[in-house]
Amino acid sequence: MSIEEKVIEIIVEQLDVTREECVPEASFIEDLGADSLDLVELIMAMEENFGIEISDEELQKIRTILDAINFIKKKKGMAS
Amino acid sequence: MTLKGKVALVTGGARGIGRAVSVRLAGEGAFVFVNYARNEQAARETLRLIGEAGGEGKAVCFDVADHKASTDAIASLIKEKGRIDILVNNAGESRDGLLVRMKEQDWDRVIGTNLKGAFNCCRAVSYTMMKQRGGRIINVSSVVALSGNAGQANYSASKAGIIGLTKSLARELAPRGICVNAVAPGLIITDMTSAMTEEQREKVLEEIPLSRLGTPDDVAGVVLFLASDEAGYITGQVVGVNGGLYM
Repeated sequence: MSIEEKVIEIIVEQLDVTREECVPEASFIEDLGADSLDLVELIMAMEENFGIEISDEELQKIRTILDAINFIKKKKGMAS
Repeated sequence: MTLKGKVALVTGGARGIGRAVSVRLAGEGAFVFVNYARNEQAARETLRLIGEAGGEGKAVCFDVADHKASTDAIASLIKEKGRIDILVNNAGESRDGLLVRMKEQDWDRVIGTNLKGAFNCCRAVSYTMMKQRGGRIINVSSVVALSGNAGQANYSASKAGIIGLTKSLARELAPRGICVNAVAPGLIITDMTSAMTEEQREKVLEEIPLSRLGTPDDVAGVVLFLASDEAGYITGQVVGVNGGLYM
């Protein structure tokens, strides 16, 4: 499974949204209805799944699904 | 058996209030991890009493004040059982003395065990409880958090801190159906209060409307209630268990 697919799978599960809603530019808070607790849960699920650590400062910069995908690729040492 | 299938962790479960709580929760069907820091023999006695009550449990040794040790130990017990439903932050210690002569290490030690210990354990269970969409955290505060007590600046500050922690965490975790409450025991007969002189005891009895000291079971009954499904609409509260000593 690609990183994109895995990220979307996690988002669908955590935020209880459909795959169709998960377009790259969708914002977690504005478009997908996440609250602060949802975001923390989502980030922790990504940390767990991808074996990475995401700091609070980095978390501030992740607003959309594309941000999350690019961020994880960067952490994993892959070009975005 | 109101807690059948639930998994609980009671810190400081070897003696006193923690032992009574462990036995009550296990007696109602919860699997209870009994944490202790030093007294293995006492933890074994708690397990024996759990067995006598027809319950199940296991002793786990770690110092709640040690962030890494408690985080790792709690992660491994969650892994073992696959869940955690109830956390009772009971581990505590006191190093009494007037503030004017209180040593820095007596302050740090009491805050470290009582307040940071509660933080460490709350943090270690929160994510799992969030994912479970439910759980109960019961923090053991004290009447002196509310009333103050000469000679217990460190202890009362740690116990007042627990109330702030309880209320903030109750707000943070409420959207996930997790209830966080505190109990504030008054004068309970335990090893911790056995250091009192007969004279001090007489004097404090005059202040207690129910005119007796409390027992660990008096506290355990309230903790059991807060851990049960019956208490599902109670969060962010401080329940006094003090015979009326402080109202």
